[in-house]
Amino acid sequence: MSNEKVKEPFMHITKRADISRGKSWLIRIASILVALVFCAVIIVLLTGENPLSVYVTMFKGAVGTTRRIWSLLQNVAMLLCVSLAVTPAFRMKFWNIGAEGQVLIGGLATTACMILLGNKLPTPVLMIVIFVSSIIAGAIWALIPAIFKAIWNTNETLFTLMMNYIAMQIVSYFAYVWSVPKGSGAIGVINPNTQAGWFPSVLNQKYLLNIVIVAVLTVIVYIYLKYSKHGYEIAVVGESENTAKYIGINVKKVIIRTMLVSGALCGIAGVLLVSGTDHTLTKDTAAGRGFTAIIVSWLAKFNPIYMVLTSLLIVFLQKGAVEISSKFELNDSFSDIITGIIIFFIIGSEFFINYKLNFNKKGENK
Amino acid sequence: MANPAIELKGITKAFGHIIANENVDLTVFRGEILAILGENGSGKTTLMNMISGIYYPDEGHIFIDGKEVNISSPKDALDLKIGMIHQHFKLVDVFNATENIVLGLDEGKYDIKASAKKIQETCDRYGFEIDVNKKIYEMSVSEKQTVEIVKALYKGADILILDEPTAVLTPQETQKLFNVLRKMREDGKSIIIITHKLHEVLEISDRVSVLRKGKYIGTINTAEANESILTEMMVGEKISLDIERSEPKDTTDRLIVKGVDLYNKEGVQVLKDISFTAKSGEILGIAGISGSGQRELLESIAGLQKISGGEILYNNPKTNETENLKDKTPMQIRNLGVRLSFVPEDRLGMGLVGNMDIIDNMMLRSYRKGKSVFVERKQPKALAEKIIEDLQVVTPDAKTPVRRLSGGNVQKVLVGREIAASPTVLMAAYPVRGLDINSSYMIYNLLNEQKENGVAVIFVGEDLDVLIELCDRILVVCGGRVTGIVNGREAKKEELGLLMTKGNAKGGKSDE
Repeated sequence: MSNEKVKEPFMHITKRADISRGKSWLIRIASILVALVFCAVIIVLLTGENPLSVYVTMFKGAVGTTRRIWSLLQNVAMLLCVSLAVTPAFRMKFWNIGAEGQVLIGGLATTACMILLGNKLPTPVLMIVIFVSSIIAGAIWALIPAIFKAIWNTNETLFTLMMNYIAMQIVSYFAYVWSVPKGSGAIGVINPNTQAGWFPSVLNQKYLLNIVIVAVLTVIVYIYLKYSKHGYEIAVVGESENTAKYIGINVKKVIIRTMLVSGALCGIAGVLLVSGTDHTLTKDTAAGRGFTAIIVSWLAKFNPIYMVLTSLLIVFLQKGAVEISSKFELNDSFSDIITGIIIFFIIGSEFFINYKLNFNKKGENK
Repeated sequence: MANPAIELKGITKAFGHIIANENVDLTVFRGEILAILGENGSGKTTLMNMISGIYYPDEGHIFIDGKEVNISSPKDALDLKIGMIHQHFKLVDVFNATENIVLGLDEGKYDIKASAKKIQETCDRYGFEIDVNKKIYEMSVSEKQTVEIVKALYKGADILILDEPTAVLTPQETQKLFNVLRKMREDGKSIIIITHKLHEVLEISDRVSVLRKGKYIGTINTAEANESILTEMMVGEKISLDIERSEPKDTTDRLIVKGVDLYNKEGVQVLKDISFTAKSGEILGIAGISGSGQRELLESIAGLQKISGGEILYNNPKTNETENLKDKTPMQIRNLGVRLSFVPEDRLGMGLVGNMDIIDNMMLRSYRKGKSVFVERKQPKALAEKIIEDLQVVTPDAKTPVRRLSGGNVQKVLVGREIAASPTVLMAAYPVRGLDINSSYMIYNLLNEQKENGVAVIFVGEDLDVLIELCDRILVVCGGRVTGIVNGREAKKEELGLLMTKGNAKGGKSDE
């Protein structure tokens, strides 16, 4: 500090007053481009492959063939469904990271219906029973932490996380009980011959029904959050619990009700995964979607319509990444690195949307 | 004397579109006490935070002992021997005084006993009375403040900044603090004290620098200053508070509070046997040092606090029935037909939702209307537009989130909404805090209008001149007790000031 000339810091950070919509999207798109360039450097350094051909492979891997497009859409629908489920709770600032478990328990209920009632009930009745029981199961799994939060103010993040592990163990247990052949520990395809409890193919597309259901749910959740009195209460509780109490909202009731909605949507995701996609259940059926959904929901700022885009982006990256790791015979982890970098840049771009860097000009004249 | 310890030149700092400091110059000499005077929101604390390394100025230069310096962290400030005592203490509750003081210091080896001894020496030198082994959570507010000051001195501070140090102190404690400050001045330290209390400025400081709306207005020697000069510098043109006050008409008892007791979450009694009556067609003022139970009292009436004793009775003018609001939730109170409006102290944290636009904030009171599961935004939109026009709210449009509005406009939105509910009781806590003169007058006029419409208005204020000019009766609270109810037309400031500190002398908060 004793020298004559003081060194100014190279830059400092200030909050932006306002930013136009166009400019903020420009920053987001720029961040993806920067991420791609950055990834290209990594690709060249680590693998020596031509980054352009890697990107082309990635693109082809995601949407290269009709079958791949359908598979992409199906995966988007599944991820979107779980993301829709976590969103009401997140809007309320209730950090439900237990969607994984809630989906599994919903899927377990579906599996139970298919195995126990599958060939005994007529198809329409069976489908109704599957939906109702899975919705209830998912809702109960979400209700437990909600009640503890509302009454004893327990930490919902830890609570819902722990509920995931319980759900996985329960599923593992039933996977053993219902395993085919006995003792193998895997349920295998349920009702392979009668296809009882399976979603029917629509227009010859076996995943189309899933996609349609999720599309409808997206619109419903959007309307629920934006235009219903419940949605308004969720927003108020999430923004300020004090304000909610001040205007007479029963905060406990809203927490419990909203988590029931979240859990019920997870239950539906369970049906779509078991009845509509896998026709079996393992403890990995949810495949981490309960956690990925958190990123999808955050990136979309909890807006269900934007979530269509963010879930598409993430599934696209995942699919493309898998393709490059197999085609270039790279380690599986390599594709995860690429996906991780891109998501990191996208999330990081929010910082530049909210804040501005000021470079000190004085530093330039010596 | 003639060496400036600190010189600020052209300091500017903005937060988003709010300019907290604009081109501020300031000089502090060795061995003097400089008071920084300004209204709420005039940028005093922001300016000091830039000297102590919390914020970094957008523009401008800081000189210490004539050399330009660059303070980009509290560590830099410490290296330059600058110490700041913040309004909200930065102490670790479960540590004792010594541990807090040596925290973050690198003194070679860690020897708590030797440190305690050295700290004791520092205390003796300036006349601080603290027990260096006492845990922070066992200390009174004044003791905690002492620890903060000793901490700054122990770390070698020559320049001490105190942010509103007397806001939390009793008059006796304030005197003690001032004695210590004088001793430090004799020792050659530079002391900057932030305040908005004029009598304290006149009592303790050598010079006064005044800020107004983030701008530097000027500095004068305290010896040449008096209250009216300082007020003029602080608020701009010389203002004579001239608030219209009509005679109350057709007063009836609207809200009767009887013997209310309330304990907070920590089990400390914050309201003790509070009784008063609010009448329709008059403004009842509530005066007191901040934190004397005003907030808890209003929240109890609104159903947000669970009182342990006493009752709150409401005379319904429509049915002539009396309802007891004790143990009722805000919803139940509303369902009884009680038209109670409440402008809370915490505008964006309680009265409004900062991230929602004006329309959605209007809906807070009315969204439940009707049986539909969907909300109806047409009426709230009309109301928002009406309030924007009637109260001259400065906003791009009704769809702007209220947190983007300035303090005065936020308050207009909140008061506008509460009045639109056509209340019979209107409670307002510090409704003009941080507002400029024009907005303040608009709020006074709105309150007066409500009074003339037969509303029982309860006004919690901090400026005694305003309370005396505006209110028909003034209730004074101190330490959670009512220490007097005086007629607004005959009240004297001195009388109110005495009542405001009466309870403290009797049995302070910490001795019980």
